[in-house]
Amino acid sequence: MGARCSAAAVRWDAGASADVPERGRLVVDAGETSVGIFRIDGALHAYENRCAHAGGPICQGLMVPRVVELLDERRAIIGSAFDETDLNIACPWHGAEYSIRTGRHAGKPAIALRRIPVEEVGGRIYVIA
Amino acid sequence: MDLPVPDLPTRQAKRRAVQEITIHTDTREILANARRDTERFGLDSYYIVDVDAHHVELDSWSEVLAHIQDPVLRYNAQAIARNWPYAGNLAMSNHAPGLTMQDVAGRIPHQAQLAEAVPPIAGEHRDLTLVRRAMEAMSIDLQVVFPQPMLGIGMHPSAQTETELVLAYNRWFTSRILPHEPRIKTMLALPFRDPEACLRTVREFGDVPGVIGFLVTSQRQAQVNSPGYMRLYAELEERGLPLGFHAGPDYNMERAVNRFLSVHALSFVTCNMVHLTNWVINGLPERFPKLKVVWIESGLAWIPFMMQRLDHEWLLRQSDAPLLKRLPSEYMRDMYYTSQPMEVTDMDLLQSTFRAMKAETQLLWSSDWPHWDFDTPGRIAGLEFLSEQAKRNILGENARRVFGLP
Repeated sequence: MGARCSAAAVRWDAGASADVPERGRLVVDAGETSVGIFRIDGALHAYENRCAHAGGPICQGLMVPRVVELLDERRAIIGSAFDETDLNIACPWHGAEYSIRTGRHAGKPAIALRRIPVEEVGGRIYVIA
Repeated sequence: MDLPVPDLPTRQAKRRAVQEITIHTDTREILANARRDTERFGLDSYYIVDVDAHHVELDSWSEVLAHIQDPVLRYNAQAIARNWPYAGNLAMSNHAPGLTMQDVAGRIPHQAQLAEAVPPIAGEHRDLTLVRRAMEAMSIDLQVVFPQPMLGIGMHPSAQTETELVLAYNRWFTSRILPHEPRIKTMLALPFRDPEACLRTVREFGDVPGVIGFLVTSQRQAQVNSPGYMRLYAELEERGLPLGFHAGPDYNMERAVNRFLSVHALSFVTCNMVHLTNWVINGLPERFPKLKVVWIESGLAWIPFMMQRLDHEWLLRQSDAPLLKRLPSEYMRDMYYTSQPMEVTDMDLLQSTFRAMKAETQLLWSSDWPHWDFDTPGRIAGLEFLSEQAKRNILGENARRVFGLP
């Protein structure tokens, strides 16, 4: 999903680059819009802090790798595992889980968080909201 | 990824004090987005009644145990609480181990516990502050508060213990919580395996301020049509007090299904399907036509299924249910239903469900806070197919009428 900014958009200084370490987060209020900023494999991802399910504070949720099930050659389930390459965030209201990299729901990708434009310049992180 | 336009004015964003919501986070911060919905939908101008919310009675278990009337059972329970490791908050209860699956392994912290800081207020129980915080965040005027693990008491192996614990909790709640906050209401649980004790319960607590009805905890094997309950129903009907059926989980269902998702999806509905079927097919609405019945926490999707299924069967097998003078679905439309957890994955089906059940007059909004599948008032306020009056009815006016609230 592409990032969008409104006609009355403002550029917000969200903090220093060091405030968002690898696999870390920073949640800020940019005026009336609450925004969560995450870093995965060096790249920043920012989303409105509002779950696509019921409007919960998704960006303040638990970060946990995607859970996968393991099948053997018979297609029988033999266990489960964390996919460490796909870090998810779970909404603390009801548990809806999204890939932080894509902002899309872990089970139904058509459901997605609203992406917020973000950039990193001179050791500072900026979002447009 | 899109880059921002470079020449926009720059302002300083404010770092939120709470970066991650945990079991220690203040309820008002957890529900901050619900508060925003309140402003967005103008909910402060609505009369909002939450017909199903919870506090955790096991947090106060030693106080509850002190209210057991049978001296030997009380002694035994307190001895267990005192002597066994970890039993202080569990003794004599039938707390199901599966309850700890509800928070999806820490993903939904408020389901596990509300361990936030609460400044002590002289003489007041901590739960009062927790309830007030949730009411404030969701713009709720009145909240019906129920216990939590007690909802599974119908599966306790001892009927006598069920009766004693239910009555002990009722005495504790009506002395320690209810008198201290007029915005809190309750429907007290009935010791349902003992019909005479049910009747005594209604007579003992039916006039207590804040008690607006009585409750069957639905997860149990009893048949609601058994003759022993008729005096109970007559007493409630005469007093004008509604009878609620609160759904709950059945962890024994794990013998048939293997995941908590499956246990929850099925057992919170099947228990009320069984009781509603017995209620209608045995003609109880004909025998107690003025008794108001409320079905709590089974969601809404089951209602059109039950209407169609029971109508279909009854039209072919009328001699099996000769007391009925109308279609089962017509009796169902006279009953009341709480809204949570409202299934919202197909809005056309949801709209059809609202139409089928006459939601404008029969649906009662409920949050189920602080449980993992709670709903905010914004869930109703945001439904585009509802009129303004229908929203007001569902969020509070229907409850005002059903329970005779101010």
